[in-house]
Amino acid sequence: MSSYALRNFAAGKGTLNVKIGFKLAAGLALALAGFYLVVALYAQQQLAFALLALVVVSSAGYVYLSRRAYAHRYAYPAVAGMGVFVIFPLLYTVGIGFTNYSASNLLDLERVQAYHLSQTYQSDSGRFPFRLYDEGGRYRLLLDGPDGTLETAPFDFDGSDRLVLEPDTGVTSGEPLAMRDIIKLRKPLSGLRLQLPDGDELSLSGLREFAARLPVYSLQDDGSLIDNRNGERLTIDQDAGFYQRADGEHVPPGFVVGIGWDNYLKVVTDPSIRGPFLEIFVWTLVFAGGTVVFTLMLGLVLASLLQWELMRGKALYRTLLILPYAVPAFISILVFKGLFNQNFGEINLVLQGLFGLSPDWFSDPAMARTMILVVNTWLGYPYMMLLCMGLLQSIPQDLYEASAMDGAGPLDNLFKITLPLIIKPLTPLLIACFAFNFNNFVLITLLTGGSPDIIGASTPAGTTDLLVSYTYRIAFQDSGQNFGLAAAIATMIFLLVGGLSLLKMRLGKMEV
Amino acid sequence: MAIVRSRSTRYRVWASHAGLIAFLGIALFPLMMVISISFRAGNFATGSLLPEQPTLEHWALALGFNYSLPDGTVVEPPFPVLLWLWNSIKVATISSVLILLLSTTSAYAFARLRFAGKTTLLKSMLIFQMFPPVLSLVAIYALFDQLGQYVDWLGINSHGALIVASLGGMALHIWTIKGYFDTLDRSLEEAAIIDGATTWQAFLYILLPLSVPILAVVFILAFITTITEYPMASVLLLDVDQLTLAVGAQQYLYEQNYLWGDFAAAAVLSGFPITLVFLYCQRWLVGGLTAGGVKG
Repeated sequence: MSSYALRNFAAGKGTLNVKIGFKLAAGLALALAGFYLVVALYAQQQLAFALLALVVVSSAGYVYLSRRAYAHRYAYPAVAGMGVFVIFPLLYTVGIGFTNYSASNLLDLERVQAYHLSQTYQSDSGRFPFRLYDEGGRYRLLLDGPDGTLETAPFDFDGSDRLVLEPDTGVTSGEPLAMRDIIKLRKPLSGLRLQLPDGDELSLSGLREFAARLPVYSLQDDGSLIDNRNGERLTIDQDAGFYQRADGEHVPPGFVVGIGWDNYLKVVTDPSIRGPFLEIFVWTLVFAGGTVVFTLMLGLVLASLLQWELMRGKALYRTLLILPYAVPAFISILVFKGLFNQNFGEINLVLQGLFGLSPDWFSDPAMARTMILVVNTWLGYPYMMLLCMGLLQSIPQDLYEASAMDGAGPLDNLFKITLPLIIKPLTPLLIACFAFNFNNFVLITLLTGGSPDIIGASTPAGTTDLLVSYTYRIAFQDSGQNFGLAAAIATMIFLLVGGLSLLKMRLGKMEV
Repeated sequence: MAIVRSRSTRYRVWASHAGLIAFLGIALFPLMMVISISFRAGNFATGSLLPEQPTLEHWALALGFNYSLPDGTVVEPPFPVLLWLWNSIKVATISSVLILLLSTTSAYAFARLRFAGKTTLLKSMLIFQMFPPVLSLVAIYALFDQLGQYVDWLGINSHGALIVASLGGMALHIWTIKGYFDTLDRSLEEAAIIDGATTWQAFLYILLPLSVPILAVVFILAFITTITEYPMASVLLLDVDQLTLAVGAQQYLYEQNYLWGDFAAAAVLSGFPITLVFLYCQRWLVGGLTAGGVKG
């Protein structure tokens, strides 16, 4: 093998200079493209993204051009991928938590200003009665202005809705369209924008006239806006991220501003958020803890049975017991959703037949939570079983022989030998399992979607929601879309998960 | 042990078998039920575990054919299941190949080369991997929204975005491969380097051919992780034709449009191959999941 490598290496040496030149050119081209992206993002006011691009491009340049960073070249792509898709989103989320970014405050100040300045209204001055002519399938408008009649070029309502008016050339003849025809054409007519020779814009006003459109606002030097209709001044409210009228009324859309700790304070003080938040937090802990306990008990018992040397058919049992773990979770969760259906689900059918019960699995909070724990235990026990089987194998058999000599039963063995020996290596894995279920978004979203809802909550919140699915609903559900608040709650979860993973590492005594 | 077996042992073995069989009956009930339902007529029918009048209506729909009911009406497939499955397989294959390439080279650096900040990088990668991406979805969405303005195939609603986003989850794979590299003797590579090979050649021609088994395992693990990924796909993909199976499957069970039978067939059809692959690989999976967690 090494002679092959050497031959390859020698053949490569002749073309070395060409190769280096080519590499340099390619590197330069990539670097230029990268810096173009940085500048473009910066010009668009996307500071965070510009910074990210700058860090990625320049560190890549250093790692791949400097000889000293040779070893880093191998690790760079993975580390960069982690940085861009895990660490950057994490920091960005923490940042959003301190802003009022939401569906009502989506843009930055400049874009909001531009939006306001593009608004127009129909003024009372400058009214132009019009006549519409049908010229063999195409139309032509004639308007009577103060300085004589104006006309448009022939047009059909095809979406090019901006027409330039010019002085009448007198080519139009015949009768203008009657009022009933104009009523039929009202909709396309109202979409038309006509441009006067001096640049002003006209739009349909009523059924007989076109009238001038003027901008609603004009921009002042200090950034405030004057309402041209009544002269009212709209000032910038930097705290709320809105333009506001003199009486304090906010004019949508708002813009994104930093609001400090307000989102966190809201979670702590606003009763319509604090209540649901605490309820969901407690349920999340119960859910994650309960899942760990139930799956561990079931998994340990099954693993002990499968390790027992007198049992036959272990391989078959093992394969069948692992099946719930092998089916993709998104399928088995949906299967359970169907089976638990209150009206025609098979589980209620069986319960009805055996005990005459038909619980409301999806509308009663307690039953919904029970169902979730049952389903998650089903999903999770095989993993615990596999872990325990691995750990049980490492316990020396002579310990059990000695205990049998002393007349100990199976329960004594479990509590005096097995548990004390496996609990230490098991703990970090249990913490990881807890952390995973603490954030078990897929289960809740696919099974209940968080329902039944918590009454009196001002954000979307359900009795079976975990903190993650609650955060997701605040950010992405139609009635919510409060990204700032969602990011603040997400930051709290980050801290918690970070603590858990540090704890796990300490207990696991990780070796590098 | 055999010396001290008590008389009650035989009954305990029988009881254990009975208990295991009873437990399996309950645990596998949902899976058997869904197979049975996929052969039942209609979407609301109830019945016993073995359908009295099996029908292939749901299977035809899941496979993308129209199905004519006995009364003459023609039912069209409600969702493009095969297209979703294809999307899932496409995304998972490409991203697993990329993950494999990048995490192998990284693992090589972490296992064999010496460079500044190695230990810190390794540990912090593992810590950051514990943060679920679902929490930073707003940021991920904004990131790809921006990227899409410059690069078309990385925008929202593109498979490119989903593939690239999955590259964030490489830490565990790096640990798995690094663990394997650590068990290989490094004298072979050292010999090659003394003979004049570069580090890259030692990696490519000596170490990689020795590591094919672990590479296969990591590829399959990455494949399964991507194919079952739900949160990012649910935010990044919008059109019905772009969805992956994990996001699309739930559309069968909306309250207003409850297609239980059709879902059952689609679920068995798409879940079966994934289940088989998983069963085949699970012994390595557990090793991968616990990598870096326990050492003694």
